[in-house]
Amino acid sequence: MTALLEAEGLVKHFPAERSWLGRPTSFVKAVDGVSFSVARGETLAIVGESGCGKSTLSRLVLRLIEPDAGKLRFEGRDLRALGPAELRAFRRDAQIIFQDPYASLNPRMTVGQILTEPLALHGLVPSENRRARVEELLRLVGLPPRVARRYPHEFSGGQRQRIAIARALAVEPKLVICDEPVSALDVSIRSQILNLLRDLQARLGLAYIFVSHDLAVVKHIADRVAVMNLGRIVESAETKALFAAPRHPYSRALLSAIPVPRPQAKRSRILLQGELPSALNPPAGCRFHPRCPFVVDRCRTENPELVADSTGHATACHHTAELPPGDALIASDGELSPTLEKLIAAFNRPEVLLPSGVGTLGAAP
Amino acid sequence: MSEPPLIEIEGLRVLFHGDDGRTTHAVDSIDLSVARGATIGIVGESGSGKSVTSLAIMGLLPKQTSDVSGSVRFDGFDLISASDQTLRDLRGNRLAMIFQEPMTSLNPSFTIGDQIIETILRHRGGTPAQARQRAIELLRRVHIPSPDKRIDDYPHKLSGGMRQRVMIAMALSCDPKLLIADEPTTALDVTLQAQILDLMRELKAESGAAIILITHDLGVVAEVCDEVAVMYAGEIVERTDVDALFASPQHPYTVGLLGSIPRLDRPSERLATIEGMVPNMANPPVGCRFSARCPFVIEPCVTAPPSLVELSAGHWSRCIRAPLERLVS
Repeated sequence: MTALLEAEGLVKHFPAERSWLGRPTSFVKAVDGVSFSVARGETLAIVGESGCGKSTLSRLVLRLIEPDAGKLRFEGRDLRALGPAELRAFRRDAQIIFQDPYASLNPRMTVGQILTEPLALHGLVPSENRRARVEELLRLVGLPPRVARRYPHEFSGGQRQRIAIARALAVEPKLVICDEPVSALDVSIRSQILNLLRDLQARLGLAYIFVSHDLAVVKHIADRVAVMNLGRIVESAETKALFAAPRHPYSRALLSAIPVPRPQAKRSRILLQGELPSALNPPAGCRFHPRCPFVVDRCRTENPELVADSTGHATACHHTAELPPGDALIASDGELSPTLEKLIAAFNRPEVLLPSGVGTLGAAP
Repeated sequence: MSEPPLIEIEGLRVLFHGDDGRTTHAVDSIDLSVARGATIGIVGESGSGKSVTSLAIMGLLPKQTSDVSGSVRFDGFDLISASDQTLRDLRGNRLAMIFQEPMTSLNPSFTIGDQIIETILRHRGGTPAQARQRAIELLRRVHIPSPDKRIDDYPHKLSGGMRQRVMIAMALSCDPKLLIADEPTTALDVTLQAQILDLMRELKAESGAAIILITHDLGVVAEVCDEVAVMYAGEIVERTDVDALFASPQHPYTVGLLGSIPRLDRPSERLATIEGMVPNMANPPVGCRFSARCPFVIEPCVTAPPSLVELSAGHWSRCIRAPLERLVS
């Protein structure tokens, strides 16, 4: 089976300083040789700390930023060879949801206009049917159709994120890039949006690239996870395998740092010393070596390749095999008491997703 | 417990007067006391009044637009009626605060050393050279590498985690008895968050200061707090020690919050969601403020406001249906 999206050796360096002739003299190596693939209907999470290049990567995939080098294929087509018209057609297949629902919706447009624009742009739905389509989209994301006449400022953060999701889905994409879609939301609202994203995926067969720094959320939503550090993927694996036993020292530190809602949680936390090195001048060799508790000489000079084992669990580390087992690193949440389970279940009413014809509209003109 | 609490808040109420003549009830009759050396967490979502509570304690709310009543007794002073002069003497001295945004709470036009030294000189006096020595010592205590060089750096040269350490160093400069930390790790990455929480635990053990930690993250609460107050729509809805809160929460809102966190140990299933939204505090509902979103709501919930009741020793809940066990047995 061919992957929906394949990236090979993606590189993006931003000029940081220029000489007086305008020639760049130093670069921020935001993304530096990243390869991954996403299958249809699958969720790939990209995790890492601020400045690791995860947001740049998500924009490279859509060609919102042009990569400096590397290959990008979507359904086997070379994305970097697309002309402007073809690129626009491709954007029908791949959409993005941004972090801040306060900044990503135009305050001067009504919700109806926001949702109609992509339809008109791609010539998808004849204008007389657009109103009906907008209502369907709103129902799909759990909003009442009458809100189409209102403006973004009249909505709460969670509702705005629903509108942003509806806008992304308006063109019936195959791939949706979610760049920190729930980070700006409160806990109880966050769970609503996460449930919605999962329901929509099951229903519409969407693939997600889910960019996040919140590992508990990633564990909840992703099928596979790629861990990024300073522009490179250091580990990539099935979510279950990664959370059961992270291999790369950076993944170990990251996963062991998750605070869990259990007061007596036992943990063997790896505290990273020092600060995140700058992508402007990344360290030689393995980019994690200045903070790595297991550093050896070889790490300082030689860059480790991302190598997969027979199960597809890939790690970029010179001596993963010699490290202590990583299975007891993540603190245990513990079991909830049966009473508490039952009380929580009372909140677990399935979201009222009214029947909507998005499936039938798949045959748009 | 014969020793009086370090800070005792009674009937704290904050009203905001809007331009349109409407009054918002941001905080409504909060009672809270913190013992010496204890860490208490105040948990709630946006708009629950948790940050306003901390600003009211510090006397930092604008007098023109806000109306603070009730009493906050701290170390022999009533902070609500205290003069500006008294408050200035207390703040940064015995009463210190760390804010969420280390990017905006440091002055960009002074070195971090200047900013720490200013606090020390204002409250402790001494010579500038002594103050500088103490500032270097403080930076070392919060694990800033080569503090004797870093002290002359401007804030823009430091990363987010380092700036938060500088804020902590500044807050600790006069050995405060009470430290209010408003979302101190929210803007930080998880590995830095772990470092800062670790640092706070270490400093608490060393200095014996009491901490009020304001956060929306129950994971952070579980890690550092002894006691927790859960706030919803300007009121405390549950108050207990941290173990009891996570083992047997007694307010439906707390239950909903616990259910909406994705858990690491279990296969990912649907998360609990709290339907609806926080009520408009310009016009709060008559009955229980959570009633519109509560799955356990019954008629009396809507008609009369519930009071905070002690269910078992030290475990308080503002819910007429508590203890909740009987609802599902």
